[in-house]
Amino acid sequence: MSAIENASRRRFLTGGIIAAGALVLGVRYYSRFSSGDTLPHDTNADHATLHPNVYLGIDPDGTVWIVASRSEMGTTSRTTLPLVVADELDADWKRVKIEQAIGDKRYGDQNTDGSHSIRSFYDAMREAGATARFMLIQAAAQQWGVPAAECETDLHVVVHRSTNRKAGYGELASAAAKLPVPKREELKFKAKSAWRYVGKGEVSYDLEALVTGKAIYGMDARVDGMVYASVEHPPVLGGKVKSYDDKEALKVAGVRQTVPIDPYQPPPAFQPLGGIAVIADNTWAAIQGRKKLNISWDNGANETYDSDAYKKELRETAHKPGKVVRNIGDADAVFAKAVKVYEADYYVPLLAHATMEPMVALAEFKDGKVTAWAPTQNPQAVQDIVSKELGIAKEDVICHVTLLGGGFGRKSKPDYVAEAAVLSKKVGRPVKVVWTREDDIKFDYYNAVASMYMKAALGADGKPTAWLQRSVFPPIPSIFDVNAVYGDPNHLQQGWTDIPYDLPNLRIENGPAKAHVRIGWLRSVANIYHAFGIQCFTDELAHAAGRDPVDYLLDVIGKPRTIDFKGVEYPNYGAPYDAYPWETGRLRHVTEMVAEKSGWGKRKHGKGADVGIAAHRSFLTYVATVVEVEVNDQGEVRIPRVDTVLDAGLVVNPEATRAQFEGAAVFGTSIVRTGEITATKGAINQSNFQDYPVARITEAPYQTNVYIVDSEAPPAGIGEPGVPPFVAAFCNAIYAATGKRVRDLPITKLGLS
Amino acid sequence: MIQLKVNGAEQSFDGDPEMPLLWYLRDVLALTGSKFGCGIGLCGACTVHVNGQATRSCVTAMRDTAGKEVTTVEGLEKNGLHPVQKAWMQINVPQCGYCQSGQIMQAAALLNSKKKPSDHEIDEAMSGNICRCGTYQRIRAAIKAAAGEMA
Repeated sequence: MSAIENASRRRFLTGGIIAAGALVLGVRYYSRFSSGDTLPHDTNADHATLHPNVYLGIDPDGTVWIVASRSEMGTTSRTTLPLVVADELDADWKRVKIEQAIGDKRYGDQNTDGSHSIRSFYDAMREAGATARFMLIQAAAQQWGVPAAECETDLHVVVHRSTNRKAGYGELASAAAKLPVPKREELKFKAKSAWRYVGKGEVSYDLEALVTGKAIYGMDARVDGMVYASVEHPPVLGGKVKSYDDKEALKVAGVRQTVPIDPYQPPPAFQPLGGIAVIADNTWAAIQGRKKLNISWDNGANETYDSDAYKKELRETAHKPGKVVRNIGDADAVFAKAVKVYEADYYVPLLAHATMEPMVALAEFKDGKVTAWAPTQNPQAVQDIVSKELGIAKEDVICHVTLLGGGFGRKSKPDYVAEAAVLSKKVGRPVKVVWTREDDIKFDYYNAVASMYMKAALGADGKPTAWLQRSVFPPIPSIFDVNAVYGDPNHLQQGWTDIPYDLPNLRIENGPAKAHVRIGWLRSVANIYHAFGIQCFTDELAHAAGRDPVDYLLDVIGKPRTIDFKGVEYPNYGAPYDAYPWETGRLRHVTEMVAEKSGWGKRKHGKGADVGIAAHRSFLTYVATVVEVEVNDQGEVRIPRVDTVLDAGLVVNPEATRAQFEGAAVFGTSIVRTGEITATKGAINQSNFQDYPVARITEAPYQTNVYIVDSEAPPAGIGEPGVPPFVAAFCNAIYAATGKRVRDLPITKLGLS
Repeated sequence: MIQLKVNGAEQSFDGDPEMPLLWYLRDVLALTGSKFGCGIGLCGACTVHVNGQATRSCVTAMRDTAGKEVTTVEGLEKNGLHPVQKAWMQINVPQCGYCQSGQIMQAAALLNSKKKPSDHEIDEAMSGNICRCGTYQRIRAAIKAAAGEMA
């Protein structure tokens, strides 16, 4: 995707250029698709005078346009990736304008998930900036009749020091546009010492819009003539409408019509769930009309699903031999002779994303084409599913990406956008589908429920001589293949097959589990339950061995080494292993550093108060976290302090990174305190924040201190890696403070709140 | 016909008097700064001021706004930025930002009634506003910074 070409030379949009957004009543109306257009290459970067690359354009007034092709859901990637371009270009950040890309494969992968925006696009962004800088230098050198090698750049200017000449980027843009685009091998990248922004960072480009209510999310998108829809989905996954009566619904003022949506054909993937939509003049009327629908459902096969029985089933499976996914030595032989053997079952229920902005999308079907405006993490997946649902070409689906009111992985799955497109075709108008919070909680793609069985034999020195771990969870591939029941390598790698301990005898297994709800990615995904199982069991063993948990953790991690995954299917988060090896020394380092920063073993804790530690690598980032808790006689838990140390390689935006790790601690707090989705007869029991509570200011950590390791390694993940070690460290702290071992989440099951 | 003032401007509404103020603001007036988060007053994303009081607009029926003055985040400060908004920028509070209009309106109402709120008072006042990104410690810091600014 990082191939450089002079995009301005292959621009094929000649007419029907999309009108720029206009301001109406303080709300930005997005550009609309005009008939006769194919995918519009309509960014200002595309139209700029100098346009060496799809991500970048420079105009004669010196304005630098940078295209953000990844979605912004709060991680600041919309700012941080353009910062990399601006740095390599030597551009003045104040003269940079960021514009959001539509879904278009010319930008490469746009699925903003897996904490890899910086890792995967850092080089492409540098190349974009370096390419333009190269051309600007060449243009200046030609004008001045001096060798390009004698020219350099300073902030937004090319300079020739010996003759004291300088020219601004704007004045050079026209001349530079006439030059050939250099090959990557010709580019000269800036020395680290000359970096302006990388490693220093910037606040969000949208910061002022975010605090003034001017930022436009999917919920805020509007176009002329649009109507609003609220959809009653089948309460059980795979259910169908048997019959329905909409007489009362149609009597509600503002309701225009009802529209049935076909049930999905298994597997669900990103298809709309089906059901009955109420179309109205405003959101409120649509929701009111929906309440008056009388629908009879055929719930289908998942009606047998009951989460209590399912939990028992998972646990039983976890106690039986499973599929071996990694083996070292002979654990069973050691267990057979061992004197001290410890076993434990860990359990994490289904978890919902609960983004503050519920699912919402606006779509218009017109002349065989769809224009959508959506808070989506994956606009190309929108193109895919909408083209499939409506039987039109992918290129005839334009997906504008708004800001996202939270994503956490939910908005990678565009079922709700497809729903809006399907409805628009049926209604003949632009339709905005608004999910209620209840819809959001009940029709999520949940983080998998997981049961883990852990077993270890300890030698005389207290260290494990044999280790068995077996996990059972309905896998994410089940949304694409109803027969998928085993964990896939992409999720088994997440803190499970890559247990970083130096163990002479290790067996890792996975057992089958059939999904009865849609399973999907949620911030940190399988790392949440895997780190919980491994890091809490390690803490149990430390206490069993009478050892300090930090010392013990370092002991089991063992000497610094690169883990050899021979014989293990280990995708390494899609990154090449030579560039991103699993280095236990880096995990040791963050562990030692967090012990020091948190004052581990040096601070006195009062009655019912103590600390816990956990360390974990996920999304190629090494993190160790110490959580301090206070638990009173009523079982009320407070978190006065969290210390977390991360080694994410090169960190482009430290301020945004600290914010992500502060947020991860709060996200983890919700998981541990109250995170639990259950089902009865196939239908989800929870509905809103009263029965699916998330952490409030009074429950969140009071203070999270984030320390970033100064690292020479290439950039790794930021958005997700903070959650898994927090969850485990929090639970370990609860044990230290109360003697109550958390094996079943959430902690309400232990009478804690 | 319901008469009310929104951000200083006279408005009249002749629709369903049960319609919550939030949807009137968003769908009818196109003031989309106030957000829909839960619809039952549990998350605070819809917080506006009604006669100066922080109010959940998603559970406030239009019939109850007759003769009232409603202020949304768009109208919080007529000229430039309100001290709370400035503090939010200075402390770099928002992540996704979706809940922040509500947080800011709640914080502004708190500082109108308490010049120097303690940690406990801040937590009490802000506990109805959920931030799923988890910006709470920055919210607390920003309220203190704004309190210093307004003092």
